Amino acid sequence: MGETRQITVTINGKTYDEEVEVRFTLADFMRQQLGLTGTHLGCEHGVCGACTILFDGRSARSCLMLAVQANGHDILTIEGIAPSEDELHPLQEAFRDNHGLQCGFCTPGMLTTLLEFLDDNPDPTEAEVRIAISGNLCRCTGYQGIVAAALDAAQRLRDLKGA
Amino acid sequence: MSSRKVFGSRAKRLEDPALLRGKGRFVDDILLPGLMQAAFLRSPHGHALIKAINKDAALAMPGVHGVFTLADFKPHLVNHRLVVGLPSPAYRQDLNRPALADDEVVHVGEPIAIVVADSRYIAEDAASLIDVDYEILPAVSDCVAALAEGAPTVHKGSPHNLLAEFDVHYGDVDRAFANAPHVFREKIWQHRGGSHSLEGRGAVASYDANEDRITLWSSTQAAHTAKNVLIDMLGWDENRIRVLTPDVGGGFGPKVVFYPEDVAVVLAAYILREPVKWTEDRREHFVGTTQERDQNWDVEIAVDGDGGIIGIRGTLIHDHGAYTARGINLAQNSAVVVPLPYNVPNYRLDVRLALTNKVSVTPVRGAGHPQGIFVMERLLDRAARELGIDPAEIRRRNLVKGEDMPCEKPLKARNGLPVVLDSGDYPACMAKTLKAADYDGFPARQAAALANGRYIGIGIANYVKGTGRGPFESATVRIGTSGKILVYTGAAAMGQGTRTMLAQIVAEQLGGDMDLIDVVTGDTSGVPMGIGGSASRQTVTAGSSAHLAALAVREKALKVAAHMLETSEEDLEIEGGEIRVKGVPELKVSLGKISHAVAGTPGYALPGGIEPGMEATKSAVIDDLTFANGTQVVEVEVDPETGNVTFLNYVMVHDSGVIINPMIVDGQVIGGAAHGIGNTLYEWMGYDENAQPLTTNFAEYLLVSATEVPTINLIHMESPTPLNPLGVKGVGECGIAPASAAIVAAVENALSPFNVHINQTPIRPAEIVSMVDAGRLDLNRGQRNPS
Repeated sequence: MGETRQITVTINGKTYDEEVEVRFTLADFMRQQLGLTGTHLGCEHGVCGACTILFDGRSARSCLMLAVQANGHDILTIEGIAPSEDELHPLQEAFRDNHGLQCGFCTPGMLTTLLEFLDDNPDPTEAEVRIAISGNLCRCTGYQGIVAAALDAAQRLRDLKGA
Repeated sequence: MSSRKVFGSRAKRLEDPALLRGKGRFVDDILLPGLMQAAFLRSPHGHALIKAINKDAALAMPGVHGVFTLADFKPHLVNHRLVVGLPSPAYRQDLNRPALADDEVVHVGEPIAIVVADSRYIAEDAASLIDVDYEILPAVSDCVAALAEGAPTVHKGSPHNLLAEFDVHYGDVDRAFANAPHVFREKIWQHRGGSHSLEGRGAVASYDANEDRITLWSSTQAAHTAKNVLIDMLGWDENRIRVLTPDVGGGFGPKVVFYPEDVAVVLAAYILREPVKWTEDRREHFVGTTQERDQNWDVEIAVDGDGGIIGIRGTLIHDHGAYTARGINLAQNSAVVVPLPYNVPNYRLDVRLALTNKVSVTPVRGAGHPQGIFVMERLLDRAARELGIDPAEIRRRNLVKGEDMPCEKPLKARNGLPVVLDSGDYPACMAKTLKAADYDGFPARQAAALANGRYIGIGIANYVKGTGRGPFESATVRIGTSGKILVYTGAAAMGQGTRTMLAQIVAEQLGGDMDLIDVVTGDTSGVPMGIGGSASRQTVTAGSSAHLAALAVREKALKVAAHMLETSEEDLEIEGGEIRVKGVPELKVSLGKISHAVAGTPGYALPGGIEPGMEATKSAVIDDLTFANGTQVVEVEVDPETGNVTFLNYVMVHDSGVIINPMIVDGQVIGGAAHGIGNTLYEWMGYDENAQPLTTNFAEYLLVSATEVPTINLIHMESPTPLNPLGVKGVGECGIAPASAAIVAAVENALSPFNVHINQTPIRPAEIVSMVDAGRLDLNRGQRNPS
């Protein structure tokens, strides 16, 4: 083992005190050390967006960050989006209903990116959705189902707020 | 199937809940106690001899458990090459990949050594310390140059670079051309890139010393094939090897291939007696995973004065890469597909597959079909332009007609059987597409745009795609004593909803509750035989087998229930998890109880004297391909200054026979079309003259994002095929099949004011700008020197 540091990080509401190698990326730390394998690595150079997480509420590439940089910060990953074991988040429901995923590999980054986006822009146009996810690559869907899911989710979330 | 329960419905996918929660399990998600991580040392040269390998420094690094080269593996291998090529008499050389490089490397990225360490970080550090003494040899990069007299050879021991040659022909093409009123010739370059599934390849191997058995988790599209290759290489018997596929993050072709890394991980785990994981990173995917690359066509079309096709002839040189990792199938698909949708009375294509010092070429989604379709459609556009016929009209005049179905073509599939277009109405399909795209209104739109200085264009492409390649796929359907319905198949799930598709088929016969169904794919311990996912085959083959197995189980379940409920089978129905008497729903028995009844109790007879076990296994043998078809009409705007192409309208009418789940079919077709957009406008796997790859990350190699692809207007036709009991055809590769042809035609049409003629794909923005510039220059010259 190389040089290590002790870090404290909150992920999906749970606090972890961990000794981590200083050169471990945040993604590798979460996946290999904590077993949070829902965050995926598609390119490891910051282009594909599969590893996107919410870092203090803002989207970030966990492949381009070191684990030690997360010390003292709050992270949300795909595992933390659903409200409970039995329910899905409206965004997740919309993905299922609109075929917003096929292999599911890009899905963690799509969901986190859209969670942030729909919070900032609750009533987006299709073009705005496309720009919002333009940093997330998908090879399966042609994006059409994802865009439909995002627009549907926006509607569901607005309805919930209005209710 | 008049009152269907779930077959044909937009049923929600079984796969989704886990994937949406981050609870999927991909191969890199597998964590085992004591799991070691592997990295590969790969060739940095296109072609070199390996004079010596010194691994001392790597082995001395703390945290390193092992460093293995082919010499270390050879004592454990009865055959150190991966013999995987599909059979064909066309081969002129057998060039199979070694488990790791022997004394020669023949492409950048070829694996030379595997390093196993506590972490991937350490493994990569150690790999960089392995000292290899190379003698660099001349490399062959271009497939046309590879076949030239005096070209250096890709392999030092090879006499030449011709891997295979064959021809596809019928009619009397030379006579047809000799008498033809019009002949037009095109030299066409086509290139496709890598698969770029978002998940790379991966392998986890674990040796169980107690059981003396290796388990390999692999992101493969063909688990049973992987097992068979391991049996051949290791010389082990079947019981000692299990291959299973966890969730697969996209396949798109190259994951159907078995790779050196797979056997290297297995042997490292076996020798070290420790579980080993290797996960391909993106750079490795660019240099180590198979691709589709270059095809160079030189073709002519002969037509009469009305645009009626008299014949097509020409040559094709196909880049095969350095080894045979699959076969000659891509070039074969390209050659056979050219004349399929149209009446082409005379045809001849001479095909040569050239070796190059690049990673092997094997199918990427579409598997050579898009290229053959591109050639046919380009030739028709050329003939139409030369003869002053509308591009839609020339197609209408030549398309195979609905009333001619089934239509036998004078061609043979690779199993030797004749190619028979089984069903569909191609002219109706094209007409529907043109209507949806308001083709007739386009000239007015184009004129209006041009008046505003905007360049818009329209393009049409028809395609026919053979799907459901046989001979079979296996499926077992079993009702468990738990009442769950279990489905096992050799088919592979790589994101296309295979489990949902099979669950819909099985549920239709067994009560309609998909939640009761659990589908196990790609596990060699689930079913003894399987072929896997390729060639848009699984709904046809595995679907048919699952259907027949479900029918057999249904019959058996009803028989047992009739015995238990003391009634006749005709009075029973299966609903949810129960079999009940029609009209008397309180008279019922659960599927679990039925299964218990035939599970056997020592000393007691089985009810109704039936065979033990509530299960059936079927492998429906379907040799003939069933042909899906469709049309794309694409309207684009091209910016001649930047080469940017914007889609104004993208319409596709698609016919893949009976649809099991319209949502999934939409996703498959639209995803394929998007892949085609990328292939046509952005993707290029570049190599320099030394066969050094130039595009090895996603900044250099561009995949389309959501802002480059339009919303595709997809319309379905459903012409059931008579070739399988469900009437279904394959769908996975249909969206991509005509995309390049339609898009390039549209771009060419948009740039017609610049006299641009396009005979290649891809057409990346810089290339479009160059074409415009060249066209302008020609026009200016023409004005200065009218001749």
